[in-house]
Amino acid sequence: MLKDITLGQYFPGNSPVHRLDPRTKLIMLVIYIVVLFAAGSWISYGVVFAFLAASIAISRTPLKSIVRGLKPLVLILVFTGILNLLFTGGDTVLVSFWRITITLEGVERALFMMSRILMLIAGTFLLTYTTSPIALTDGLESLLGPLKKLRLPVHELSMMMCIALRFIPTLIEETDKIISAQKARGADFESGNLLQRVKALIPILVPLFISAFRRADELATAMECRCYQGDQGRTKMKLLHYRLVDLKAFALGAVLIAAVFTLRKFGL
Amino acid sequence: MTPILQVTNLKHIYSAGTPFEHVALEDVSFSVFPGEFIGVIGHTGSGKSTLMQHLNGLLKPNSGTVCLDGKDIWSDKKLTRQSRFRVGLVFQYPEYQLFEDTVYKDIAFGPKNMGLTEQEIDRRVREAAGFVGISEEQLQVSPFDLSGGQKRRVAIAGVIAMEPEVLILDEPTAGLDPEGRKEILANIEGYRRAKNAAVMMVTHSMSDVARLAERLLVMNGSRLVMDGTPKEVFSRSRELLEMGLDIPEVTQVFLKLAQLGLPVEPVYTMEQAVQALKQLRGGNLHA
Repeated sequence: MLKDITLGQYFPGNSPVHRLDPRTKLIMLVIYIVVLFAAGSWISYGVVFAFLAASIAISRTPLKSIVRGLKPLVLILVFTGILNLLFTGGDTVLVSFWRITITLEGVERALFMMSRILMLIAGTFLLTYTTSPIALTDGLESLLGPLKKLRLPVHELSMMMCIALRFIPTLIEETDKIISAQKARGADFESGNLLQRVKALIPILVPLFISAFRRADELATAMECRCYQGDQGRTKMKLLHYRLVDLKAFALGAVLIAAVFTLRKFGL
Repeated sequence: MTPILQVTNLKHIYSAGTPFEHVALEDVSFSVFPGEFIGVIGHTGSGKSTLMQHLNGLLKPNSGTVCLDGKDIWSDKKLTRQSRFRVGLVFQYPEYQLFEDTVYKDIAFGPKNMGLTEQEIDRRVREAAGFVGISEEQLQVSPFDLSGGQKRRVAIAGVIAMEPEVLILDEPTAGLDPEGRKEILANIEGYRRAKNAAVMMVTHSMSDVARLAERLLVMNGSRLVMDGTPKEVFSRSRELLEMGLDIPEVTQVFLKLAQLGLPVEPVYTMEQAVQALKQLRGGNLHA
């Protein structure tokens, strides 16, 4: 059950998308998100979608894993859809009963918003699917580097992010194990009212927190044994370099921005 | 004698229908009889742990059945839940599942889930604590203040308190010192004798199973490849070694002796070794 959560999982590969510099991928993701929010019509959505689909195809990420990653979002999607459906005013009334009116505009807006969320998440997933956590945090640290001048703890922040990403699968596995162990002692997570169900989580949460603290402690010791003391004088084994692929990606990004903003100018 | 647990043609596939598909169990069949001590051995990834989780209904087989007292545990939802109480499963490193603020409450978690009366719960907690050598005073302390070996014993008591007819333990002695290992094995054996319960123990320690088990199951590559007495299994030591499994040290010594030309049969416990050597010396004296 918990194995279905693929958030932050990295699938190693050797596609052009995998080979991109992590900084390029991060910048491209920012461009993608800006463009997605700037797009105001189905036509420009088409353009953004084409970009997303092409990126997924080039990265050779199995569509199945993207879909699986989107599954946990169903609730948010439904919620967004219903809210937009009910609270969008319009002239073309489709259905009207009691205090509820559904307009054609509402249907369109609901679909529009749902597609936006779907594309937003799918794009972000593509980044984590094709970039190892270490590369990702390296890229982030390098991009945020200038902020170090403002005394922002950029290195510490990216290290924290790296550790958090690294431990997501470990903690999921651990949770699975604890659930099985408590089930073996007859714990019941599937029946009872809300309060009983929340209470039933205690036998899972307590051991999980304890093990997370234990792991954190062990990790801290292991890092200290390797003389880790933050950013000062730390060198990198893999230095980041922009290459030809990155240039091509940036060119594609520029085309994407131009296309969507031109369409926007024409009111599309 | 009628078996308490009967496994037929069990098959389990992980992540079926995805690129990560992996067959963990294939055509596994065996029976467990009351009071038996069964050792389960096999290489890491041979399917032992997966098999154990089928026996109390934590995992559902893709095909094949697990019958408790002749009834398929998946035929009825109630029966599946019942099987969790009648077949007690102690996971690897069970001390990481402790969560209550006193040892007493933690051991009582299982019996409470069974819906027993306050009195019966109290009796079972005290009895289970007795089996694993947890003292009366220790029942009131926090389990997190105990040592590693004591935590492990509390966790085992938590399963024993459900008084399962089949007690399954997945490497109960992993990571313990020799003293702790000996104690835990004695605790398990004590429970088996007192309740005439069947015990299945997954382990990598061949000398432990050779000494305790009356029957051995050997898993290899998701299949059950051997099922017999320690004598039968260890007589096929060459096959065991090929599977990457160990044989008891004393058996290794005797195999070497036989290779060097001494007329000895392979043995698998220290007592048998002493017997065989005595016989050998007796024979030599006559000659």
